[in-house]
Amino acid sequence: MINYHTVYTTCPYCGTGCGMLLEVMNGRLVGVLPCKTNSINQGKLCIKGWSAHEFVHSPERLKKPLLRKDGRLEEVEWDEALSFIASKLKAITQTHGPDSFAALSSAKCTNEENYLLQKFTRAVIGTNNIDHCARL
Amino acid sequence: MGSLREAIRKALTAGEVAGVVGLILEEGHPRPHLFTKEAIDELERLVVGDVRYPLAGVLLKIHRSDPEARLGIVARGCDERAVLELDRNEQLNGEGVVIFGIACTQEQANACQCAQPYPSSHLFGERAAPVSDSERFDRLESLSKEERFQYWMDQFGKCIKCYGCRNICPMCFCPDCVLEDNDLIKTGNIPPEVPIFHLVRAFHMAERCVDCGLCEEACPAGIPLRTLYKKMRNVVTTQFGFTPGITKEGKGPLQYLGDGEFGKQEGH
Repeated sequence: MINYHTVYTTCPYCGTGCGMLLEVMNGRLVGVLPCKTNSINQGKLCIKGWSAHEFVHSPERLKKPLLRKDGRLEEVEWDEALSFIASKLKAITQTHGPDSFAALSSAKCTNEENYLLQKFTRAVIGTNNIDHCARL
Repeated sequence: MGSLREAIRKALTAGEVAGVVGLILEEGHPRPHLFTKEAIDELERLVVGDVRYPLAGVLLKIHRSDPEARLGIVARGCDERAVLELDRNEQLNGEGVVIFGIACTQEQANACQCAQPYPSSHLFGERAAPVSDSERFDRLESLSKEERFQYWMDQFGKCIKCYGCRNICPMCFCPDCVLEDNDLIKTGNIPPEVPIFHLVRAFHMAERCVDCGLCEEACPAGIPLRTLYKKMRNVVTTQFGFTPGITKEGKGPLQYLGDGEFGKQEGH
């Protein structure tokens, strides 16, 4: 039996927060429509919003962390990736000081995730080197 | 509203249609939905109001995924015109599409300046009087050629090339879009070249545009696209005696070119 419905969500691409309807047909994401009754975008989207669904089923999408081993990127589990990052961060900041670290956050993250990253940067690492992607 | 809901319920439970495209109210937002027998209770949340979505485009998407299924659509005048025009272009099996027609209110007809604010058949609600005048259209027509050209260059200059006009358009069914043809229009560059980007689209819509105005509603830059396409419709009607969206029979002027398949199936 055919099934078509929409899922109401917020565009993941920037901080504007446009409302969009993801079109789902038979369990697959097939398109995006701008939400007409969302007070932010009022039925309009930019080119990024209009194509926001495309990465979901893309065969090129990264689904696992990649770690470079012997010059080649290999898929690894999150535990291994995070342990590697933690050990490297520790080693670098211990050798060169906390200001050798900088974090770049993203408008695609939630407010809470951005808060966590600045907290981590300031309180855990001990530097004020925190910025966001909109200034890149 | 009650009788519309009842008619759809009856058609679904009797198996006359496999699904009906309409708007459902969910999380406070009306949105396109396919109503089916399997989830018949959803019909309680079927809504009809001021909000318009490209329902004929949604219908086409579903039809392409399941060409055998007989589908219905809750259609205003503009939705029906789009269904007829898609059918004329051999995109739907038109005999199969069941129209559950709804008439727009006079306020809606006035706001849209709609010349046919009701579908031709299976009507629920009272027909509003057609509004055939478009002030903006007439005002532009009264300008000199130079003034008009300058007006449109200024308008096109606002474009952010979001492709929203094409994406929302129920008549944009081509699998390969000329607006993404690198020989005609440079892809990957923002803003678009003016006026070529907009004129290519305008010419492409000349014998297809059903004057629903969804493109203009979707334009973040506020370009009066509907007025532009109204002009194209006007020219095609007066010069060739053809108006898109009136009948599912016949050929549009461009379809007399070549082997007669121009504009059908493959698009272009």
